[in-house]
Amino acid sequence: MSESTLKTIAWPDSYGERAKPRMGFFTDTSVCIGCKACEVACKEWNRIPMSMQGFTGHSYDNTIDLGADTWRHVAFVEQRLPVDATEGGSLVQLAERAQAVDGGVQTYQEGEGIRWLMASDVCKHCTDAACLDVCPTGALFRTEFGTVVVQEDICNGCGYCVPACPFGVLDQREGDGRVWKCTLCYDRLKDDKEPACAQACPTNSIQFGELGELRERAEHRLARLQEAGQAKAQLYLADEDDGIHGAGAFFLLLDEPEVYGLPPDPVDTRRDLGSVWAAAGAAAAALGAGLLAAVFGGRR
Amino acid sequence: MGSNMAEQHPVGFQWVIEAKERGARVIHVDPRFTRTSAMADLHVPIRPGSDIAFLGGIVNYILEHDAWFREYVRHYTNAATIIEPAFEDSEDGGGFFSGWDPETRAYDISTWAYRGVEVKTAAGKSEQRADVSGEQAHGAHGPQLEGGRPPASDQSMEDPNCVLQILRRHFRRYTPQVVAELCGCSPEQLIAVAKALCENSGPERTSAVCYAVGWTHHTYGVQIIRTASIMQLLLGNIGRPGGGILALRGHANIQGSTDIPTLYNILPSYIPMPHPQAHPTLDTFVEQNGPKTGAWGSLRSYTVSLLKAWWGDAATAENDFCFGYLPRIDGDHSHYAMMLGALDGGLKGMFCVGQNPTVGSANSKLIRQALGKLEWLVVRDFQPTESAVFWQDSPEHESGEARAQDIQTEVFFLPAAAHTEKDGSFTNTQRLLQWHHKAVEPPDDCRSELHWIYHLGRVIRQKLAHSTDPRDRPILELTWDYPLQAPQEEPDAEHVLQEISGRGADGSFLPKYEELKDDGSTTCGSWLHCGIYADGVNQAARKKPHTEMNWVASEWAWAWPKNTRTLYNRCSADPAGRPWSERKKLVWWDEEQGQWTSVGDTPDFPPDKRPDYQPPSDATGMDAIAGDKPFVAHPDGAGWLYAMAGLVDGPLPTHYEPHESPARNVLYRQQENPTRQAFSRPENPYHPTDGEPGADVFPFALTTYRLTEHHTAGGMSRTVPYLAELQPEFFCEVSPQLAAERGLEHGGWATIVTARSAVEARVMVTARIKPLEVEGRTVHVVGAPYHWGGVGIVTGDAANELLPLVLDNNTHIAEYKAATCDIRPGRRPRGRARLELVEDYRRRAGVKM
Amino acid sequence: MPTNRRLIPPFARQLAGDRLGLGRAAQSVRSERLTARTRAADKVVQSICPYCAVGCGQKVYVKDEKVIQIEGDPDSPISRGRLCPKGSASERLVNSPTRETRVKYRRPGGTEWQSLSLEQATEMIADRVIRARAETWEEETEDGQPLKRTLGFHFLGGATLDTEENYLIKKFFTAAGAISIENQARI
Repeated sequence: MSESTLKTIAWPDSYGERAKPRMGFFTDTSVCIGCKACEVACKEWNRIPMSMQGFTGHSYDNTIDLGADTWRHVAFVEQRLPVDATEGGSLVQLAERAQAVDGGVQTYQEGEGIRWLMASDVCKHCTDAACLDVCPTGALFRTEFGTVVVQEDICNGCGYCVPACPFGVLDQREGDGRVWKCTLCYDRLKDDKEPACAQACPTNSIQFGELGELRERAEHRLARLQEAGQAKAQLYLADEDDGIHGAGAFFLLLDEPEVYGLPPDPVDTRRDLGSVWAAAGAAAAALGAGLLAAVFGGRR
Repeated sequence: MGSNMAEQHPVGFQWVIEAKERGARVIHVDPRFTRTSAMADLHVPIRPGSDIAFLGGIVNYILEHDAWFREYVRHYTNAATIIEPAFEDSEDGGGFFSGWDPETRAYDISTWAYRGVEVKTAAGKSEQRADVSGEQAHGAHGPQLEGGRPPASDQSMEDPNCVLQILRRHFRRYTPQVVAELCGCSPEQLIAVAKALCENSGPERTSAVCYAVGWTHHTYGVQIIRTASIMQLLLGNIGRPGGGILALRGHANIQGSTDIPTLYNILPSYIPMPHPQAHPTLDTFVEQNGPKTGAWGSLRSYTVSLLKAWWGDAATAENDFCFGYLPRIDGDHSHYAMMLGALDGGLKGMFCVGQNPTVGSANSKLIRQALGKLEWLVVRDFQPTESAVFWQDSPEHESGEARAQDIQTEVFFLPAAAHTEKDGSFTNTQRLLQWHHKAVEPPDDCRSELHWIYHLGRVIRQKLAHSTDPRDRPILELTWDYPLQAPQEEPDAEHVLQEISGRGADGSFLPKYEELKDDGSTTCGSWLHCGIYADGVNQAARKKPHTEMNWVASEWAWAWPKNTRTLYNRCSADPAGRPWSERKKLVWWDEEQGQWTSVGDTPDFPPDKRPDYQPPSDATGMDAIAGDKPFVAHPDGAGWLYAMAGLVDGPLPTHYEPHESPARNVLYRQQENPTRQAFSRPENPYHPTDGEPGADVFPFALTTYRLTEHHTAGGMSRTVPYLAELQPEFFCEVSPQLAAERGLEHGGWATIVTARSAVEARVMVTARIKPLEVEGRTVHVVGAPYHWGGVGIVTGDAANELLPLVLDNNTHIAEYKAATCDIRPGRRPRGRARLELVEDYRRRAGVKM
Repeated sequence: MPTNRRLIPPFARQLAGDRLGLGRAAQSVRSERLTARTRAADKVVQSICPYCAVGCGQKVYVKDEKVIQIEGDPDSPISRGRLCPKGSASERLVNSPTRETRVKYRRPGGTEWQSLSLEQATEMIADRVIRARAETWEEETEDGQPLKRTLGFHFLGGATLDTEENYLIKKFFTAAGAISIENQARI
């Protein structure tokens, strides 16, 4: 995969020789065991406040969604599905499944199987990151690693980035007002340390690395799963032709994105704002004017 | 089976995922579809408590299809051994083996013996009486066998009285149809699992079994594990890489606290506690306990070295090395026995150290009542647990049954040091002792348990210093000098480890237990750990990165015995000492060097014993173990398909129903394990079992368990914000069918009722819980994780309030995994009304109080 | 990192190559100087996770005598640097805001906790052990065989303690004739 396909507006150019390879996450949900180590390791490292939501009834998910106080979130999807030879079960290989059906062995007696999907979600660190473009204060920026980070010392809590995110990741913290989200452990990256979630992940479902290398790895993994009969297995946000030109954090899913609560066809919400230059102009104006707020506010 | 590994041991599960990526098939047999099932190739739901039947079905399949590993079985197991002709199998006795005495409810095991061998339990008795307990009842490691050989055997394994043939007959009725009927699965599911195991076993391949408390928490828990042992021995899966039966243990040092026990029935390294009548002297103790052959043939050396470690110069040959200082046991003195004793006022005080029995033990109310009868209670923990505040806050306070001012128990709460605040070792689930280094000093009054017990001992010794009472001699003569470290006078943990490891006459550190002597010239606090400080190095603290070693990783930490990573690994070579296959090579005989060698593991066998070695008939100890007998801890060096001694409930596993069961035992006239320990008293009422009047008042199977996000009784997770929020409330899991039947609403509340208590839980309606067709009827399962209690960031009712106290008599472990209950929509009543609800149920079910 | 870079004001950086002001031009001084807090640790100590029996390796980062971070130890052949949610929460466990660090005492019939010094508590507990032992001592059986024991008090715990701690507990209590020393293995 060529480096150019990973390029973003501000990375690597603005960093010149100080640019680092673009880093990202490949979350392979096919081996996620739903342990939530990522959620906890993230909170530990980033000192995120507790976010007690109570019992939700959403399977084993009691944190519900990504937000200011949940930067990694594990979704649990319980599916009932018929047992047949074409449908992948919980990573059941095609041959295995066929044998089971032939032999009269089914996951359950009445011929109905169950699949429990688990997937750890995170900020996508989009190639075309609308949040970045709409931020009037320069709090959101593209780092030397090509990641998208909110700077807590700059963010003034205006909240413009919140509706801009096609994934609903950005969120203001109650009582604080500022926007908080995954930084891909910017501080750890600067110290050559893996992000906390990826380091903790027991089954290596969360893989961290250079984005180009991760995408190659993901292609191989996908091919293997498809060969094994996982017909609906797919990569999500690994395609530079999608609505956000791919993401720094992409996923291998075993079913359609909407099954996991992910938008099937996310688009850069800034598209209808016109050219990138409009945003550039706005950003320039931000240096000296409060006009920007009115412009973007009017657009919402 | 019996384990939910992905949820309870997530980081260990990385190896299962990795094996799967390399082509291994993962099968999960469990009543519930869990996060482990989600990752498995096949999930087979079975009724809680039907494990012996399922495994027995596999054993039957292996034998019927001649799928057993002939060479392995013939040489390495006792399949060829001939049993006493008077032995009568449970197949012929309606669920009873020969020797049953209905009066004492115990077996006389003399007919269970190998032909020509006199069988005795350790206390010199052939009956399993109530006064013969724990390790004593376990037959203390086998019978006396002259020359390490059973007197009668048939190498063709065709003699009708040989173990293999007895085994065939014993499991013959465990057909796929019968098993399916009983377990609530399909015959095809059983066959698929059996077939998969057979195909994946043999010289080129091995299969492993992982279990946990899903097996031990039954009134026949040990026999479930025994069935798995039989299956794995028949398939040749023990002592070989990728094989084995892995007990996945739940706490950082639960394995270590069994090896170097805080258990009433054993001394360090599984040496039995002495019995008053049977063991008046060291000689009789050794005589009655130890087979003379195999590793236990050196029991005298192990015991004397332990006594020397404890009483130092005071222990001499003349005074039997202070053997008389050891207290004697003559009954069940385990946790539950003590709690029952406390109810009757027989217990003065209690220490709860990092344990929270009012949430973690079965029948929580009974436990609280017991605590209320104590004169004093000491709780050591990070935060005051439910057990520490039982006098102040409990369901009985809510119902008006208890008031703080009426509870006369004096309570001390002592804050504990965390693992980061002390040096020491944890023994992990693979027997690996791993050292953790102190990072910071504990804050304020927090102290390690090493500090606590050392200084408590020091103060008691001071207070008794001038005593002339002979009973105080053992305390005063005890070796109790440990270097103290500033600033808190913390005893040096490494010094304690050195004492455990052992020293020779010249004070040097011993490398292995074979060097222990029975003349008092060596000291060793735990013979299995001998060598953990070999060469003056803390071997447990070795931290060579795994990237610099092969897969055995033998230079990371230390495993007992002798840094052996795979026990009985002589099994990984064929009888002639050659690897069974290149693929499964681990230990083999190197003819040139004249010794056993390995890819990196310590051979668990005398290093220079030739594979063709045959012991003379007067041989003892390790010399009596033939070159093709890998199970060196057994007097015959064989893996026991049939256990002539060691178990109170039979030499072979038999399917029984749980004490409270929604089904009849279709295989035997006898419904439950006849040797189970049941305690009928008002504080511990039992339900009628299936077929008895009133049983339908509690129609559902109840099973309790844990979740990834919490830790046991919650003391280390409900108090931690990031964990508390992940599973904030007590919930129960029910099938959509049961929800419809009982009007339970997803996300709403339900009240689960037993004769012990009524608790409320949020409702999770899920297809992951499956109604099972058992004997032509639908059996519904109610699942209840047990982590919650009254204190912490998140609170809730404790599931263990529901359970009765009824125990496996081999281990005195309660039946947490299978009971019966009723479930109804809505929250439970408050105050007295809660009690009345339970009383109403008891009345309707005709529960005897 | 060249220090003179920090002195360049963001707008100048923007002119220098980040015309949109989305990359380096927007990077604050704080962001530029950011490092992992573990870098500031005074020491890193190798430890083992205190929860289950897998025995995952942990690295404990200490600064100013406080634990500032606990994460997986990549050297461990058991865990290869990984931790489950409980292991990952270990720092919160040891630094829990609700952790009780003082001895507490409740007198018989009392309705509140009282405070007590550690030394005083040890003295009192020693007295109670000695008394319970004396009151419940069993020297021998009815037929004159040795018992030399007390069943007057019960110990429960050990699965969360260190091997060395269990060893001393078993050693001392056995010497005291105390039989019922038990732990979670039974539960």
